[in-house]
Amino acid sequence: MRQLVLLKDIPDLKEITIDRETRHPKTEGIKTKISDLDKRALEAAIQAKGKVGGEVIVLSMGDDKTKTALLEALAMGADGAYIINETGVKGIDTNATSRVLEAAIREIGEYDVIISGEMTLDSLSSQIGPRLAELLDHPQVTYVKEYELSEGSVKAVRDLDNFEEIVETPLPAIVTVVREINEPRIPSLMNIMKAKRKPQTIWSLADLGLSLEEVQAMSYVKIKDVTAPEMTRKQVKIEADTIEEAASKLAAAIKEEGVI
Amino acid sequence: MSILVFSEDRELAYQLLAKASELAEKMSKEVYCLASETPEDYIKQGADKVLQAELGDFALESYRAALLKAVEASDAELILMGATKRGKELAPRIAAALNAGCMTECNKVDYIDGEVVIERLTYGGSTIAKETSTSKPTIITAASRSFDKLEPQDKTGEIIKLEFEASEPKVKVLETREKPKGTQDLENADIIVSAGRGFKAKEDLAILEELAEALGGAAIGCTRPISADLGWMDDWVGISGKKVKPSLYMTCGVSGQIQHVAGIRDSKIIVSINNDEGAGIHGVSDYSLVGDIYEVLPALIKALKEKA
Repeated sequence: MRQLVLLKDIPDLKEITIDRETRHPKTEGIKTKISDLDKRALEAAIQAKGKVGGEVIVLSMGDDKTKTALLEALAMGADGAYIINETGVKGIDTNATSRVLEAAIREIGEYDVIISGEMTLDSLSSQIGPRLAELLDHPQVTYVKEYELSEGSVKAVRDLDNFEEIVETPLPAIVTVVREINEPRIPSLMNIMKAKRKPQTIWSLADLGLSLEEVQAMSYVKIKDVTAPEMTRKQVKIEADTIEEAASKLAAAIKEEGVI
Repeated sequence: MSILVFSEDRELAYQLLAKASELAEKMSKEVYCLASETPEDYIKQGADKVLQAELGDFALESYRAALLKAVEASDAELILMGATKRGKELAPRIAAALNAGCMTECNKVDYIDGEVVIERLTYGGSTIAKETSTSKPTIITAASRSFDKLEPQDKTGEIIKLEFEASEPKVKVLETREKPKGTQDLENADIIVSAGRGFKAKEDLAILEELAEALGGAAIGCTRPISADLGWMDDWVGISGKKVKPSLYMTCGVSGQIQHVAGIRDSKIIVSINNDEGAGIHGVSDYSLVGDIYEVLPALIKALKEKA
């Protein structure tokens, strides 16, 4: 069994600061780390490997920083990594990204499952899994909170809007996971040391038979602006001598708003 | 060229139709809607033409096939879809099949200077991105309550039968399990009371039901730790949980983590009750009350009942 985990390294959200004047987030020069849900997908794959054996391979598209971020994945237990390293692809949309990943997956060739987070926490778009399912013509199983891999199939519990669904899919299949699936392990110092010796294959777009121009031409969504607007709220402090009085004032204020 | 609307959630489809009608007027386009039952209702809600297909229960393969047919029949340049979980797994499929740009969970959609510009949350919910897409068609998804539906209009339109062929589902559904009631419909709730770590025990959450009743009926939500860490409730509100847009969002013992606040950003009125004066939630609320929820909530319930 060969599980292919899609990982994205994103700026550490806790490190992002907002420029007071422009309200733009400052993301340059911030250390990147594997997006939380992707890490949980990796953890699920490693746990499944513990039961059915085989290999866990990670695939990521990024830049020079990605190699460092992916060491964590190798330390957690991934057996090898493929990285598409191309600074020019920064900012391409999900349509173009999925086409690049498709090319890389076809190059890797051999796999039973492709697994990733349901969304990445930077773009929050939830598109890559289903797009790859379409491009590769694989069954898709999204919002997975329980994942059980066996020879030839995956059984999963999906977390949908008002209900849960227990499903079974033949392989190869695409699986995306939600936060509840697990708590990712923290790698030991020994495994961190070992990670550096695991195989990492670095590809350029040209290695995948793609050019930067054609990839950019498939990228349709343009980001015009990103700001962190301040929440404009009334900021009324309810104060009184006693709790009862304060509660009464609050009840009156809510009534006054006409929302109840 | 036209604007095509689809959601398997009827109310949400109506809300999208209102937005589509507004855009269609500015763009001089017709509004199409893919639907299965009572197509005339969709016309009253703003559709010019309804593509009526026998969709049946949700299956990715059949809904995908019907939508692709509908895109062809309507020659759509813009496709508005509901960002339910079903919609969110369907929209990127359609986008990939059409080699199209897709922008998900948009809070705002406008037509400005010849282009459709949307706003959506990014960076874990801390920022808002303005985006546009150059592909035709382009797909946009929006969650429930992002737009208000229209008053039913006295309007005529065309109903066109749509045939489609779908392949057999590849994924087999073995079982479906309903989630417990009560926490289910946070996205559509008009009033939400919400519990944070200020609650010391699961039993203490019972007071929120009294509070909900005193408010004339409210859904009960919570923060991630109450649900995911402690398991006291099912669904949490926040960027990784439910994003809500109620008229009133009342937080009780909620500290105000960024991920939670991002999920309540579109609430009309936010009330914060927390004994910590420095809690972040007080900085993003309309009405803040610094006090112990164990004392404030019983008093508030009493006050609300007296004023009723």
